[in-house]
Amino acid sequence: MAKKIYQNMIFQSILLMLLLIIAGLFIPNWLVFVVTKAIAYGLVGLGIITLMRGGLVSFGQGLVFGIGGYTAGLLGTQAGLTDAVLLLFISFIFTGFVGLIIAPLLARYRDIFFAMLSLAFSMVLYGVLIKIDAIGGSDGFVLPSSTFFGWTPSKEYADYSLYTVSIIMTGIVSVLLRYYYNSAPGLMSLAVRENELRVEYLGASSFNITVINFTIAAALGGMGGALNGIALGHIDPEFTYWTTSGEFVFISILAGYLSVPAVFFAALLLELVRSFSGRYFPDTWQLILGVFLILSIIYIPSGIGSFFKKIMDKLKETING
Amino acid sequence: MFAEILTIFLDGAIYASWLFIVALGLTFVFGVLKILNIAHGGIYALGAYSAATFVPIFYTLGLPEEFVIIAMLISALAVAIVITPIMERGLLRRFYGQDHVLIVLVTYAIYLVLEDVQKLIWGMKSFYVSEPREILGAIEFGDLYYVGYDIALIGLAIFCGLSLWLILNKTKSGKVVLAVIHNPEISGCMGVNVNRVYLSAFFVGAFLAALAGAFTAPLISVQVGISVAVVIESFAVVIIGGLGSIPGAVVGALIIGMARAACVHKLPEAEIFIMYFCMAGMLIFRPKGLFQGAEARKI
Repeated sequence: MAKKIYQNMIFQSILLMLLLIIAGLFIPNWLVFVVTKAIAYGLVGLGIITLMRGGLVSFGQGLVFGIGGYTAGLLGTQAGLTDAVLLLFISFIFTGFVGLIIAPLLARYRDIFFAMLSLAFSMVLYGVLIKIDAIGGSDGFVLPSSTFFGWTPSKEYADYSLYTVSIIMTGIVSVLLRYYYNSAPGLMSLAVRENELRVEYLGASSFNITVINFTIAAALGGMGGALNGIALGHIDPEFTYWTTSGEFVFISILAGYLSVPAVFFAALLLELVRSFSGRYFPDTWQLILGVFLILSIIYIPSGIGSFFKKIMDKLKETING
Repeated sequence: MFAEILTIFLDGAIYASWLFIVALGLTFVFGVLKILNIAHGGIYALGAYSAATFVPIFYTLGLPEEFVIIAMLISALAVAIVITPIMERGLLRRFYGQDHVLIVLVTYAIYLVLEDVQKLIWGMKSFYVSEPREILGAIEFGDLYYVGYDIALIGLAIFCGLSLWLILNKTKSGKVVLAVIHNPEISGCMGVNVNRVYLSAFFVGAFLAALAGAFTAPLISVQVGISVAVVIESFAVVIIGGLGSIPGAVVGALIIGMARAACVHKLPEAEIFIMYFCMAGMLIFRPKGLFQGAEARKI
């Protein structure tokens, strides 16, 4: 039974990925770019969701976002590595590793203290990055244009190639994450969220679960940072600033922790609101973003994911009879 | 050598007193309403802008120069009077009792809105109102000269902290606030109007933020983006001292103020991240800050 569900899920994901890749050929170039950026932000949001399942929200995901971005950027400029897939993968692994080192420090904290300590870490990195002139200081630096398995796309297809790669990689990561959510530690996270002390009495370690969750969140954030850096072609310390982290938290609150696709949907919504208001109301885009945030928190407090889940349940009901 | 220590000490104290006034409002609002208010920085900026508007008007009136202080107080009061009903009554009230992080996010949204409201009202240009800084002349410490106004800020910080502490601990209405902090539901049952306590506490917090902004206006150029740094700095103070604790805010502000002043003079490279360093260090060794009591765990 469970196997069948997974087969269905993988089949659906592949279908969705193909659909998006084909759709990418027909949508305008700016939208391709916006979607790629939304995927980058969505990946970080997915990390926060993973933490949220364990009852924690990190207000400092800019830390891993920045580490991922700078990893990709430095590999590109210093080591001459320009293969997008490889860069994304290395950032994923490396940032996950960094996350594994920081996680034990953070895993003892809960609630607002976890949020604040993660914020402090990200701001320490910000402070350091802004002072290192060798990598551009507060201006950051430009990334070389990326290649794909040795192939350099022409200018008009550069965005599309990255878009395709990001969709495939994100699809794989999302499916793996679903497996994790349904595994023992993944399900135990939900129990930690409900009541940590009881989990401990049952013999499971909430500390270990939090470490695993944070490591996953870090790896995802690193990949998102790398993708964002490559997509923009530029990276600067703003990646680690607290306002950037705030946007990630917003994405995950908007999405809720129930559904993986909802995260990317929320990220896309944020990106679209940002690019439209940035285009038509350049002086007041923060105002619009803020109002949008407040309205969505008031009217969809449990997140878009709850809608998704309701629709899916309805669909299943009708199909099954 | 001695002169250097004195400089660091005075610079640190001036910086700390500024930080303390901002953090006092933040920690008080958290103590009573359990809201970590990111928009506090936005209110601070509004206070600065408001002073930049009122002070030039004051000078056109031709009153004695010393009364400019009153103009600055009025500008802070005006901000608090306008912002409190909108924020507390209009928005935050909907979220009481919900997840802390959700409320932080709401205040972050309000902060974003306030950023653009500043731009809409005052535009992108910078304002300079340095005149009030000259009213107290200069003060001499050995070979060092300090602007009297800066030193007076230390007095203002002590005054703010002391009066809030006295009101809370020595007056009847203060004790009512303490009761609400301890348990809002039972205080409500005892006949305390909890909503009104929340409103007044938020008003005090907003007033302190705007006051810090108004009295900082003469020291800086008031322009877009002054609130960003304030948010994190006051957060660091409050986290170091323990959320909701007034003595904690004193110690937190002093630690960060002194550390930063020492860095400026001795290790300028570290100036930007020294406070995050203090904050992270404090959280690692004393997770709930210096002045935070034990809490019961839910089983």
